[in-house]
Amino acid sequence: MTLPAASPAASHPALASVDAIIAGLAGVGYIASRRIATALFMATHLQKPVLVEGVAGVGKTELALCAAALLGLPLIRLQCYEGLDESKALYEWKYGKQLLYTQILKDHMGAQLTGAPDMDTAMERLHGTGDLFFSEPFLEPRPLLNALREPGGAVLLIDEIDKSDEAFEAFLLEMLSAFQVSIPEIGVIKATTPPVVFLTSNNVRDLGDALKRRCLHLHIPLPDQSLEERIVASRVPGIEASLRSELVRFVQALRTLDLRKLPSISETVDWARALILLHASALDGDLVRETLNVLLKFEADIVAVEPRIGELLSHGA
Amino acid sequence: MEPMQRALGDFLRALRANDVRVSPAEAIDAHRAAAEVGFSNRELLKDALCVTLAKSAEEVDRFDVCFDTFFARPATAGKPPPPPEDRLEAPDGAPRLAEQLLAGDQAALTEAMEAAAARVGAGDIRLTTQRNLLTRRMLDEMGLRDLESMIQALRAAGGPRDGALAEALSERRTALFAQGAAFMERQSQLYASETGRRMRDAILAQQRLTAVEPEDFKAMESLVRRMAKRLATRYARKRHKAHEGKLDVRKTIRRSMGHGGIPFDIVWKTETLHKPKIAVMCDVSRSVAAAAQFLLLFLYSLNEVVERLDAFAFSDRLVSVNDVLDAEKVDEAITLVLARVGFRPTDYGRSLADFMDAQGAKLDRRTTVIILGDGRSNFADPRLDLMRAISERARSVIWLNPEPETYWGQGDSKMDAYSRFCTVAKTCNTLSQLERIIEDVLRTYMSH
Repeated sequence: MTLPAASPAASHPALASVDAIIAGLAGVGYIASRRIATALFMATHLQKPVLVEGVAGVGKTELALCAAALLGLPLIRLQCYEGLDESKALYEWKYGKQLLYTQILKDHMGAQLTGAPDMDTAMERLHGTGDLFFSEPFLEPRPLLNALREPGGAVLLIDEIDKSDEAFEAFLLEMLSAFQVSIPEIGVIKATTPPVVFLTSNNVRDLGDALKRRCLHLHIPLPDQSLEERIVASRVPGIEASLRSELVRFVQALRTLDLRKLPSISETVDWARALILLHASALDGDLVRETLNVLLKFEADIVAVEPRIGELLSHGA
Repeated sequence: MEPMQRALGDFLRALRANDVRVSPAEAIDAHRAAAEVGFSNRELLKDALCVTLAKSAEEVDRFDVCFDTFFARPATAGKPPPPPEDRLEAPDGAPRLAEQLLAGDQAALTEAMEAAAARVGAGDIRLTTQRNLLTRRMLDEMGLRDLESMIQALRAAGGPRDGALAEALSERRTALFAQGAAFMERQSQLYASETGRRMRDAILAQQRLTAVEPEDFKAMESLVRRMAKRLATRYARKRHKAHEGKLDVRKTIRRSMGHGGIPFDIVWKTETLHKPKIAVMCDVSRSVAAAAQFLLLFLYSLNEVVERLDAFAFSDRLVSVNDVLDAEKVDEAITLVLARVGFRPTDYGRSLADFMDAQGAKLDRRTTVIILGDGRSNFADPRLDLMRAISERARSVIWLNPEPETYWGQGDSKMDAYSRFCTVAKTCNTLSQLERIIEDVLRTYMSH
């Protein structure tokens, strides 16, 4: 078996080691755990896509954005949804343009064909020009093709792959393992520089084994106290240290409850921003009650938590 | 590098045994990953292997445990031999094991144990019950027999120095037993855990629903979930097939009129998708009390899977339980439903009447009605007329009965009469039967 060489992106100084990645990501505002950084390291060195899983708001999409910023590569994003197919993801023929050109060229064709002595010669001449309509100028590239054709490489984010259909997942396999796509009329298009690929999933449905096998798997759990504090500090720089640790402790306590939707990192960050806007310097029962809807997105959850705010606050302290 | 790669191979085998699936291609990836990061930094190796091999959150957990167990070599492994004054001199001609024991050389002992374990095939351990036998074989391989005959010979010799030596040896032999047992325990944790779990799942799937022990309920629950998920995937695939379209020539030509007959606008045929509707009635009365939990469990899982499900539970009256199934977690949902209508004497006639009141107007040729129950109506009017009406209006009626067919019609069972109006009436008292039947339902009665 021949192993593909490490992607050119791997020679990027920021990717030299796991520690360099952690530092680099921190520089663009993403506080990564060791496992996240290792995943990025392996992805670029083994040239494999990364499948990122985790609950909503835990920083899956953000990881791809920050990796693109770190590597200085363009980010190409493909949002998946039910019914997404290759004509929207990979390429499409500009049907209207093809038709328009045939209409315009119709008379011209006639002129060219008049000299032909018989049908065979006419056909022969037509063959020479026929393929014109299925060539690059009539190709409408979509995100996947764009990512392959990016000369310096790109970061390709295939967001919420679990929302797409199984057929689309199967279609991705060629693209993900060999970084190439086959277009019947043109041939195989191979990536000049393989993109760094992130796929994200919320676990709406189980992904196929074939897809999982081709990817590195990264599960981002909800962070612990210290990691989350560092994330808040990085995202909301203006916040005081005491308030920061207090609010993170409250969120951590909240996550031990049996809620329908646990608050994730994005909610913590939003809450921190909200508290700053309210010029809060410490948490108290009323303040939490008024801003609870930033953290909890279901009425039932809010109702369940409200009577226990005092207990949660003291539990944290 | 060579021994480390063999260790990695063993580790992959341990992962497979711990239910982390590792295909040959992933094994190659693992070796590449290890070559990339090297073996010296254990945390880095762990993370690198984890992202390559574990493919779900559960697998990540299992991977972490397995990695730590596998690479936790006994603390004795790297220990330097004790200072000379603590060593006891072995007599000439003593077996190697005795020498090592007397010298207290733990590192050498651990090494010898690992080698002996490899020779007796400790890594092939499949069942935890094999532990004792394998421990014994491993110790024999290390030369336990020679050691024992040596101890006996020393005792027989009777000299004070011989006696002390025999005591020391026998004491250390006991310690060696404990060490060997602990070693094999770890092996069985690494390599035998999955087989046991698989066997338990297989047995549970065949177990009669009425005879499941309470402590197996959790395992059963996860089994039901997996079944429901499997069904969901297949069901989704079916649905998708209906989406595919072909060129709608008539509409395309019609639209091209505006462009002088040039078809700028192409129209594809789309099949309108009739999503199937399912109405389920679940008997939770006293006579099916034991099976009711599982019937409800399945109803709950089905509700998560199927988009349009009308769920009802009944014993003497019938109530809709959709709200409970949607809002609550599985345990509470089951408890709540049972509290609402459970464990009362059944009245099928009235329940069917309630069902017609609630659902009658909605029954049509796209609806599949599933009834889970034993058909025992306590000699009340079975209202066969209502059953006939349901079977005439619905696309199909499926009745799953926990009792075997020979009991149908015996005593107060009206099952033989009801079954005449059913498209399918089957016995279903194990999980695997339940799965097979529900799958048949999804396949036969729902694909359009």
